Amino acid sequence: MKPKSSTRAFERSTDSRKRQTVLRLYIAGSSARSMRAIENARQICDEYLAGSYELDVIDIFKQPALAKDDQILAVPTLIKKLPLPLRRFIGDLSDRDVVLVGLDVKRK
Amino acid sequence: MPAPSASTRRRTKPAVRIHGIEKVPSGIAGLDEITGGGLPKGRTTLVCGGAGCGKTLFGMEFLINGAREHGDPGVLLAFEETADEIAKNVASLGFDVQDLVERSLLTIDFVKIDRSEIQEAGEYDLEGLFVRLDHAIKSVKAKRVVLDTLEALFAGFTNEALLRSELRRLFHWLKDTGVTAVITGERGEGTLTRYGIEEYVSDCVISLDNRVEDQISTRRMRIVKYRGSAHGANEYPFLIDDGGFSVLPVTSLGLNYEVSYERVPTGVPALDDMLEGGGYFRGASILVSGTAGTGKSSLAGLFADASCRRKEKALYFALEESGSQIRRNMRSIGLDLDGWCKKGLLKIQAARPSVFGLEMHLVTIHKLIEEFEPRAVVVDPLSSLVTTGNVGEVKSMLVRLFDYLKMKQITCLVTSLTSARGFEETEVGISSLIDTWFQVRDIEIGGERTRGLYLVKSRGMGHSNQIREFLITSKGVNLIPVAVGPNGVLTGSARVNQETEQRAQALARQQEIERKQRALLRKSKALDNQIEAMRAELAAEEEEQRSLATELHDRQMRLTESRTKLAEGRRKS
Repeated sequence: MKPKSSTRAFERSTDSRKRQTVLRLYIAGSSARSMRAIENARQICDEYLAGSYELDVIDIFKQPALAKDDQILAVPTLIKKLPLPLRRFIGDLSDRDVVLVGLDVKRK
Repeated sequence: MPAPSASTRRRTKPAVRIHGIEKVPSGIAGLDEITGGGLPKGRTTLVCGGAGCGKTLFGMEFLINGAREHGDPGVLLAFEETADEIAKNVASLGFDVQDLVERSLLTIDFVKIDRSEIQEAGEYDLEGLFVRLDHAIKSVKAKRVVLDTLEALFAGFTNEALLRSELRRLFHWLKDTGVTAVITGERGEGTLTRYGIEEYVSDCVISLDNRVEDQISTRRMRIVKYRGSAHGANEYPFLIDDGGFSVLPVTSLGLNYEVSYERVPTGVPALDDMLEGGGYFRGASILVSGTAGTGKSSLAGLFADASCRRKEKALYFALEESGSQIRRNMRSIGLDLDGWCKKGLLKIQAARPSVFGLEMHLVTIHKLIEEFEPRAVVVDPLSSLVTTGNVGEVKSMLVRLFDYLKMKQITCLVTSLTSARGFEETEVGISSLIDTWFQVRDIEIGGERTRGLYLVKSRGMGHSNQIREFLITSKGVNLIPVAVGPNGVLTGSARVNQETEQRAQALARQQEIERKQRALLRKSKALDNQIEAMRAELAAEEEEQRSLATELHDRQMRLTESRTKLAEGRRKS
């Protein structure tokens, strides 16, 4: 029965705890704000997504072409690539609640 | 607060220039004339205007013309349209964006700002924008940069104070990079741009405008500011058509054009005769005014035809009739305008005056003249332009049109419909701009209507002051001197009548003279005969006289003889 299976697939996909979260953090050089963003991102991941996340940190000064591909304007930007929908968090991630709600690990 | 990191990427400042501002040709027809060379080199120009003004196209033309004509690579940072959309949009104007991209002369970076997927979580700056721009500039070694429309940033980020400081940093950075940049901005309420970014751009601000007056829209451009350079300060109409963007600095013309002494035939030999036998001066402006149905268009058609006969191109702007209608109508007076059209010597451009504003008419006329390069131009009828503007506007437009045509030494014939009442004045009050002015008027005599033509003025040449009867026949147009009778000027049947009477009188006089001559001849013959008779009588008398003398002589001779004989006889006896 197709409808049923797709419903199950949907439920599976929304269950974030069982699934890999793919994150990408764009920073600009070694500014204090960039360092803070990396720190904050690591903390959040370790606390809430332990063992089920990937976090790439990309310096746009070193890889400017990637900034274009990922439509980066503001720096730092944390992109949640998977699970969908795609989300972008801009800033040094010091506003932790916004990130947690956006990552679907904490209900508002 | 913005990161200080930007300073690490700053390039060395461009060398100080002493000889004023260097300029980069924009490649937009006409704009470089107004600005005296183009946009300020190495600086940022703001192009602002409402929706649909052509801001994006302005930017694209700046880039594409730079790449194609000057080999300047360019970068477009597009905030509103994707690279594909832009390529498609300008393809309709004949620009091949893909080709330029492949030749590394152009790179387009579409900056997507999707507010729905962005969440702000702390401090940030727009370093990403700088990095992308820098990367794009370096990838093609760009000299020209267009940011279209930078203000989209304001919709994407909530921290306006930060955005403003980042924009300030961006403009400084652009200046330091040495690229010539164009940024576009949407017009705001009472400000040039919605978010007031004009306050960061101090070098050059161009405002585009699309105004609707009397239901007719006209695009206009104005240089609001151009630091360190003189520039035309007026509003200039501009056109976006299949050839792209073109501005016409039509108000920048003056009265310093050269004039020609060459004559241009009018197309009617009798009319040439009225103008010292030569016709108009080349580059003159000629007005044919008159009431309805007096043959103004016919004169215009003849003028165009005469030009084509000399193998000189003619451009006919028809404001009330379609091209084919004009061709058909002219056929009725024996002109084959069709043939000239096919040979490419004549172009009839028909457009209702109300299709666009006066300025646009002027711009279209300019553009067509530039393209077609005619030696003669006809505008028929000029007076219908009044429907699209007030008299003052029409006059100012015509001043510019005539100045332009004179500068190009194009002979221009315009027709104007006058009401029967205001006879000596044209509706648009342009008579002072006109070099040669014909009036064609109706003359009503003896229950019929005929046309009379006379010259009101013709600058710089002697001209006939007589009124001529203007005849339009299937073989063409002719002018014949009118008859002047005891009751004034006579035309048509009255003229024919007058002429017949005059002929009859002349015949009678001729016959009288001949009769008198015959009588004289007879008298002289009679006298001759008389003289002859008298001579004969004299001769007869002379003859008799002679014979009498002979007889007398003979008698004397005989008498002498007989006397001699008698004497001899006496001696013998």
